[in-house]
Amino acid sequence: MDETGIGIWGVPLAIFAGAIRVSTPFIFVSLGESITERSGRINLGLEGTLVFGAMTAYAVAVMSNSPWLGVLAAMATGAVFGLVHGWICKFPKVNDIAIGIAMMQFGLGLAFFLGKPFIQPVAPHLPSIPLGGWSGLPQIQSALNINVLFIIGALLSVTLWWAFKNTRIGLILRVVGDSSDAARAMGLNPDTVRLLATAVGGSLAAVGGAYLSLFYPGSWNEGISSGQGLMAVALVIFARWNPIGCFLAALLFGGAGALGPALQSVGVTQGYYLFYAAPYMLTLVILVATSSPTRSLAGAPGALSITK
Amino acid sequence: MTIEVNTPTLSPLSTDARSLRPLLEWLARRAEPVVISLGAILAGLALFSLFILVVGKSPADLFRLMYTGGFGSWFSIQNSLSRAAPLLLTALCVALPARLGLVVIGGEGAVVLGGVAAAAIALPLTASVSPIVVIPLMAIAGMIAGGIWIGLAGVLRHYRGVNETIASLLLAYIAIALMNHFIEGPLRDPASLNKPSTAPLPAEYMLGNIPGMDVNWGLVIGIVACIIAWVLIEATSFGFAARIAGGNVRAAQIQGLPVGRLIVGFTALAGSFAGLAGMVEVAAVQGSANASLAAGYGYTGILVAFLARHNPLAIIPVAILLGGIDASGGLIQRRMGLPDATVLVLQGTLFVVILLCETFYGRFKIFNPDLWKSPGLRSNLSEGTA
Repeated sequence: MDETGIGIWGVPLAIFAGAIRVSTPFIFVSLGESITERSGRINLGLEGTLVFGAMTAYAVAVMSNSPWLGVLAAMATGAVFGLVHGWICKFPKVNDIAIGIAMMQFGLGLAFFLGKPFIQPVAPHLPSIPLGGWSGLPQIQSALNINVLFIIGALLSVTLWWAFKNTRIGLILRVVGDSSDAARAMGLNPDTVRLLATAVGGSLAAVGGAYLSLFYPGSWNEGISSGQGLMAVALVIFARWNPIGCFLAALLFGGAGALGPALQSVGVTQGYYLFYAAPYMLTLVILVATSSPTRSLAGAPGALSITK
Repeated sequence: MTIEVNTPTLSPLSTDARSLRPLLEWLARRAEPVVISLGAILAGLALFSLFILVVGKSPADLFRLMYTGGFGSWFSIQNSLSRAAPLLLTALCVALPARLGLVVIGGEGAVVLGGVAAAAIALPLTASVSPIVVIPLMAIAGMIAGGIWIGLAGVLRHYRGVNETIASLLLAYIAIALMNHFIEGPLRDPASLNKPSTAPLPAEYMLGNIPGMDVNWGLVIGIVACIIAWVLIEATSFGFAARIAGGNVRAAQIQGLPVGRLIVGFTALAGSFAGLAGMVEVAAVQGSANASLAAGYGYTGILVAFLARHNPLAIIPVAILLGGIDASGGLIQRRMGLPDATVLVLQGTLFVVILLCETFYGRFKIFNPDLWKSPGLRSNLSEGTA
């Protein structure tokens, strides 16, 4: 044990490794949700999309023996869920928050129904890149074994941040999100833009699910998600609809989520279950700190129902 | 107000029928939510039948089994009623804040904490104090715990502008972590090995069954709670103020209504109903607080409340219907080889379709007497109540 023991330094290292491992689904779901919310609509059903994506990715990976094909299939189903949400929200008097809750229950039910036969088989995992080869310590090697989706997510967040500011599509999205009337005056159809934004958001959320079933924890079962799809919605508000902010917030959440297991690994067992509440507590504290009863949030899309 | 007369949808009414008009108007206005909701349920069932056909089973068999398993015998009716009992209370946890325009979905958190609080207060007292004192104390403890939890979401909403949907859900996750902490730690009965629980309640401290039925008192508690909530909303000034605030917050504030107190009061009351569901679960079903408290009653309650359109009296039949669907799950699984999630798919489908059908409100002239076109009534309408 002596040559591998790094003592108390194991805690920050485990939190670092855990932050990367746990944050990846948050990154994808929150980036997807930031696109949807920038268009002025909120999709609270991403939890269902995420779980359905996890199931689809796992099932397709089992059948095709290719994890990447699984990710693609998950993206397709995520887009379908987004399209259904977007299509229903287009009708007058329909509440997008309530539809999100309904789509969440529907997605969970359907995923459990269709995923039953895939609880037993083993699917191939997504690859990871070993960046820790320079170190002789196995802990550091395993902590720096970075999964490919995390790297893609990091690049995607920068790309989205740039695209929101500098591309035509980014501008259209922001105009529609800030004012349906202004968008109509420009000859844009807000419903169509929101429909597409919800579909893209859904497909990204499904990638988050694919990560859960194909990398970490890397199996499919009915308890695979612990509310990542829902926390991501709060995370987007905290990140002020900024994709790079989403990425950093996801890392913070990942770290909070890794706190319990990291402390347990060094023998802290008192109040162990309370540490499981850490990411939720953190989200709530951040929401309380950043919200205000009198003004709408800085950077909030004007047409978004949740900030009114 | 001018009334078009070119396409009369009702034939000109005779003098007899004219006296019936107030009744017809009343019926039409009342019929709209009933007809649209029933239509939505039928459409949802049709969609679900398609799904069952696609997976290669017979929807007719499924619905027959659902009826048999839910309502086909006295045994299954009692089973359905038992499952409906907690749903009555958790649906109220969604319906009451909804009347104020708030979407609270974290009832599960109030259920688990209500259960833990009930067990925590009862266990030290069971040695010395009579059940007549302890059982009401358990109910009060459960209601306080649940009320604080959901009331907190209301406080955050009003005083900090935090979105209550997300806050209540985060609180639910925190509540489940707290429950695990208590039942694995300070409150754990060392004898509970495989399933960490608090010490079991002695039999005389349990709620027991309604005489003549194999259904516990939770059903009566739930129905009474629904009636109380209905009276509160429909027949008190508090409820009236809440409905105004739910319709238009700005108008309520201009009228000087205490919106903050309404929000906190309604969310706290809603949470205390869900907390009471947790207490019933401990005192009538489980006999101790354990992880079975987080069985999803809080989440099914959301569906019940939306199906009932947040009307506390409508919650009663809807909860019984969903209790029946839930009760038939096992039979469907055994007889048709379908996964237990079949019930969840049906619930999700119904939920989506019922919300989609919200868009039909106000679209059918037959439900809106102001739009009824009838030459004989023209003068009546223009000088009357319209």
